[in-house]
Amino acid sequence: MTAASMEAGATVPTDETESAVVAQQGLVHTAMQLWRTRIGVVLVAGLVAIAIVGPWVAPYGAGEFVGTANLSDVEGTWLGTDYFGQDVWSRFLHGGRSILLLASLATLIGFFFGAAIGLIAAYNRGRIDDALMRFMDILLAFPQLLLALVALTTVGPQSWLIVAIVGFTTIPRIARITRGAAVPVVERDFIGAAEALGESRFRIITRELLPNVTGPLLVEANLRLTYSISIIAGLGFLGFATERNAADWGLMVQENRVALAVQPWGTVLPAVAIALLTIGTGLISDGLARTVAGIDRGRPDA
Amino acid sequence: MSDQRVALTIRDLRLDVAQSGHDIVDEVSLTIAPGEVLGLVGESGSGKTTVGLAVLGHARKGVAIHAGTVSIGGTDIIGLRGKALRQARGRLVSYVPQDPGTALNPALRIGPQVYEVLEAHGFGANKAERKARVREVFNEVLLPSIPDFLNRYPHQLSGGQQQRVGLAMAFATRPAVIVLDEPTTGLDVSTQAHVLETIRSLAASHGVAALYVTHDLAVVATLADRVAVMYAGRIVEQGTTAEIFANPAHPYTRYLVAAAPEMGSDRELVGLGGRAPAPGRRPVGCAFAPRCEVATPQCSQSFPDVTVVSGGASGGPIADDGSHEVRCFHAFSVPERTVRRAAAGDASGSANGDVALSLRSISAGYTGHVVVHDVSFEIARGESVALVGESGSGKSTLSRSIGGLHREWTGDMLLGGEPLQRSARDRPVQQRLSIQYVFQNPYSSLHPRRSVAESIARPLAIAGVDRREISREVDSMLERVSLSSAYGARFPDQLSGGERQRVAIARALISEPQVLICDEVTSALDVLVQATIIELLVDLQRDLGLSMLFVTHNLPLVRSVAQRVAVMADGVIVELGSTASTLSDPQQEYTKRLLADTPAIPDFEVRS
Repeated sequence: MTAASMEAGATVPTDETESAVVAQQGLVHTAMQLWRTRIGVVLVAGLVAIAIVGPWVAPYGAGEFVGTANLSDVEGTWLGTDYFGQDVWSRFLHGGRSILLLASLATLIGFFFGAAIGLIAAYNRGRIDDALMRFMDILLAFPQLLLALVALTTVGPQSWLIVAIVGFTTIPRIARITRGAAVPVVERDFIGAAEALGESRFRIITRELLPNVTGPLLVEANLRLTYSISIIAGLGFLGFATERNAADWGLMVQENRVALAVQPWGTVLPAVAIALLTIGTGLISDGLARTVAGIDRGRPDA
Repeated sequence: MSDQRVALTIRDLRLDVAQSGHDIVDEVSLTIAPGEVLGLVGESGSGKTTVGLAVLGHARKGVAIHAGTVSIGGTDIIGLRGKALRQARGRLVSYVPQDPGTALNPALRIGPQVYEVLEAHGFGANKAERKARVREVFNEVLLPSIPDFLNRYPHQLSGGQQQRVGLAMAFATRPAVIVLDEPTTGLDVSTQAHVLETIRSLAASHGVAALYVTHDLAVVATLADRVAVMYAGRIVEQGTTAEIFANPAHPYTRYLVAAAPEMGSDRELVGLGGRAPAPGRRPVGCAFAPRCEVATPQCSQSFPDVTVVSGGASGGPIADDGSHEVRCFHAFSVPERTVRRAAAGDASGSANGDVALSLRSISAGYTGHVVVHDVSFEIARGESVALVGESGSGKSTLSRSIGGLHREWTGDMLLGGEPLQRSARDRPVQQRLSIQYVFQNPYSSLHPRRSVAESIARPLAIAGVDRREISREVDSMLERVSLSSAYGARFPDQLSGGERQRVAIARALISEPQVLICDEVTSALDVLVQATIIELLVDLQRDLGLSMLFVTHNLPLVRSVAQRVAVMADGVIVELGSTASTLSDPQQEYTKRLLADTPAIPDFEVRS
């Protein structure tokens, strides 16, 4: 099949309109032609690299005591010590993993269930739609951060709980966007054609509907990742880290902020990292969003 | 109307793609006299709307007016900017857009909306005079002018009424020129007939020059005094309506006329393959040469100049150059394929009385609202039946019920004697594959992210055919619908509307169905493409012995497609009979009215 299509592709005369060619190059490829997307990708890739590689290249361990607390010029360290006399640079290199991992997991959970609920609601309409979406509206009514605080104070600071709460509160947001994008697709005739052939509901939702809402879905998932990062960082700042004295960017800001005047690095470094990470994912979302809108505009039946 | 002044003069108009400098429209020259209606005809992409907008000094984003003049009463619209241009629009020239539903502001009452136009142009000395003018213009477009009506919102009006408000807006300031861009496309035939009549009488009685942009030859034939035919951004022929239809000089015009469905004559529609070259891809010579049967090497070397083939057949409100002009080296050569042929005998298909599909007292509707009442008819094996009706007649609901796409119906449907379940999902695979559906809009009926081959293959995959067999069948089906197998690797957005519809037909036919339902399959297509699709369907239906239900609102088309016709109104079949006898001798009042309102190309053949 692939060999046949490649061979056929070579003989296709190149008389297509340019907009058609753009659409075929794929969403991500087209988005990468925008500077905002490129900058975003560079920022995110850099910070992800730091989070992954950091622990191996850190000169000291995350909880290793290296000198007097809150000094910016300590022998053998690059950026000085933090509130506990630990190496700021090393803790920064260690501190990215948890936030990135938790934020990604939470977003994935929200993305999976949100997309499923949104697609099912859009395809079935009627009562199922009403029931699902009103339930989502109820979930939307809870402020994300407050719900997390309540859960964490009752159960205690657990990683899985942070992921579960942030993921859970992301579901209705993604569900709404997915439903909104999918409803006009459901009205299109190729869905009717699939129904006339008697395709199963599952197949119609996954094979006919889903591929046609990936654009807006990708944009929203990226945006939700941005929010998840800031919420998890915020929780860290409020002291809800998995363990005391864990190396975590959000927690670092909180721990070291009292010494901001004498040892700014302990606060500034993780704060800037979080800021750049959210800006980076935000820029990627924006680039994707613009590209999705552009592809929709370029439809040849205009 | 002996007024021989010229209201609108377009000279050597050229519009470019702003970025690349490729011409979209070039060498366009037209004149229109006061009170005259000029039909500007062309396929989509021919540049007709671009010319229409340029008359208002407007170019769409990314398009630039490169050269030429558009003068109305001594003012060159092209040279105007800013306030002067805004004043000229509405005062000198106004515009009636295609879709009145989106052109009117839904948040404003219609009376004040028209009043606003008058105020913007300082029409009338005071408020009272303007209000009087609003009432007057509503009367002119045959709408009530009582306060109760003027205070309605656009959504409270029917489509025809909305378009009349659009006309009222355009005529309110008594402009010298009015540009109408397919204003009746979305309307039912009876509404269309009335709106066309209003346009014609308004233009004549107020001496307004009208530029009527359309792709519908039948509308032009009934409405316009003169016709200009556009192809690939150039006017290739213009002349009086009678001249153009009785004696077309350009081969392209001949193809257009041959492709237009006609109610009166029993002939095959002739389509034309290929498509008009896009801006930037146009050849040096005549742009039509690659598709033209009578083209010679000369045609691809240079573009022929304008030749006057006969003087102005004066009489009526015809501008100075009412002469018949053409741009062709081979004017009046008749392409072989456009010679009229009679359609294959009516009785060819329906001979064996075997019933393929039988409907018994079908009623269908939407929760508590019945739109199809107790409909019964049968389609024989190999027979093609047309289901004709205006929008809202229930014809789509009925056809969707047969296809298993609409669930809320009662009654019995039998496919080859076997009862059909309501929903496609409840029917056995074999039944599902035996009834296939081709949708109206080829732009929405194909999965955008799936290749042509994958789309066509799906029914076979459901039937459980093995992969190698599928790819062979797909290739041969592509050949059948006159697409090469190379098309299999393409995606829908790389195809034209006609090509997409061929793919949709291929997908429907690959499972060798007994019954094919075609739901307005050509209404989104240009006339030449429509003719090729109809040719294809008629051939396939005959060769494969298909039973076909051809749903359409286009009465003239029925003649070329179906052996029997069922006329539907308000959910009931009012008349059912053989196509020829129903169209030539309708028995029911409704059918008679429908036929009378349908614009048709009159018989211009009588030429001395």
